[in-house]
Amino acid sequence: MKKSIEELNAIRERMQQNIQVRTENADNTRVVVGMATCGIAAGARPVLTAIVDEVNRRKLKNVTVTQTGCIGVCRLEPIVEIYEPGKEKVTYVNMDENKARQVVSEHLVNQRVVDEYTIGAAK
Amino acid sequence: MEDLSLHILDISQNSLRAGAKNIFIVIRDLPEPDLLEISVEDDGSGMDEELLSRVTDPFVTTRDTRSIGLGIPLLKMAAEMSGGRFNITSETGKGTKIVASFGRSHIDSPPLGDIAETVVTLIQGNPDVRFRYERCTEQGVFSLDTKELAEILQGVPLNEPEVLQWIREYLEDADADI
Ligand SMILES: Nc1ncnc2c1ncn2[C@@H]1O[C@H](COP(=O)(O)OP(=O)(O)OP(=O)(O)O)[C@@H](O)[C@H]1O
Ligand SMILES: [Mg+2]
Repeated sequence: MKKSIEELNAIRERMQQNIQVRTENADNTRVVVGMATCGIAAGARPVLTAIVDEVNRRKLKNVTVTQTGCIGVCRLEPIVEIYEPGKEKVTYVNMDENKARQVVSEHLVNQRVVDEYTIGAAK
Repeated sequence: MEDLSLHILDISQNSLRAGAKNIFIVIRDLPEPDLLEISVEDDGSGMDEELLSRVTDPFVTTRDTRSIGLGIPLLKMAAEMSGGRFNITSETGKGTKIVASFGRSHIDSPPLGDIAETVVTLIQGNPDVRFRYERCTEQGVFSLDTKELAEILQGVPLNEPEVLQWIREYLEDADADI
């Protein structure tokens, strides 16, 4: 079936009814994907898509997925950084779609850092 | 860069970094000669003549994380290698427009790639920027304007997952049509 504007209207009505508008508050975990030339050329776009999809599928609240420019280490792209309140930043490198999904389930759901994908392991 | 949709994502990131609030992306089939033309136009901070004259060199960047800028030189090279052209115009305080064309039947011509994923990625990261995407073929014109979508959504953010999913499918349907 073709997507129609009516459908978008229906989505709006549904969202307006259960107003649990996701607020950007300080308790949120932030997942940041590097989206400059090196990142994009190395595959950052499917990594971002996978993270957004996985966060949504698992209905994770208090997680915001954002994009940034150059993180600075081209040969380690795609790079994903995770900022959790009260914890040290974790930097994942050489990401791909599968690793990204694994990071969502292990790190964000089970609270276990996936050491083998971190920048520390790559150096 | 593997395909044109990735170049478009990359060139649009420049526009976003230049503070653009409106970004207009066009992909056009040109029949004689057989070219595919892409353009990205923004209302960001623009470049002065000096920077503009050097920006297709792979060593020009205003980034501070490294000393090479690659996005624009890569696009120019890809266009010219396929028998197409590259052009950039910019004015300080007004904005920038980049146009690149590709010889479609040339063996070095990159594929178009997943343009729906590029548009959705841009909206996901920048729900408050207005993106207009237009695809012109001999079959007709398709366009998507996030300003119109925002009017329908009445405050529901454009980067809500369900909305992004709708946009992706809407774009994919259009792609199959034209
Ligand atoms: N749309 C634009 N508006 C204003 N300035 C721009 C725009 N596009 C490019 N520039 C300027 O030109 C420079 C070179 O751009 P280019 O895309 O080639 O490299 P970069 O963005 O610096 O790095 P990279 O693309 O490799 O991540 C930028 O740093 C910026 O100063
Ligand atoms: Mg760039």
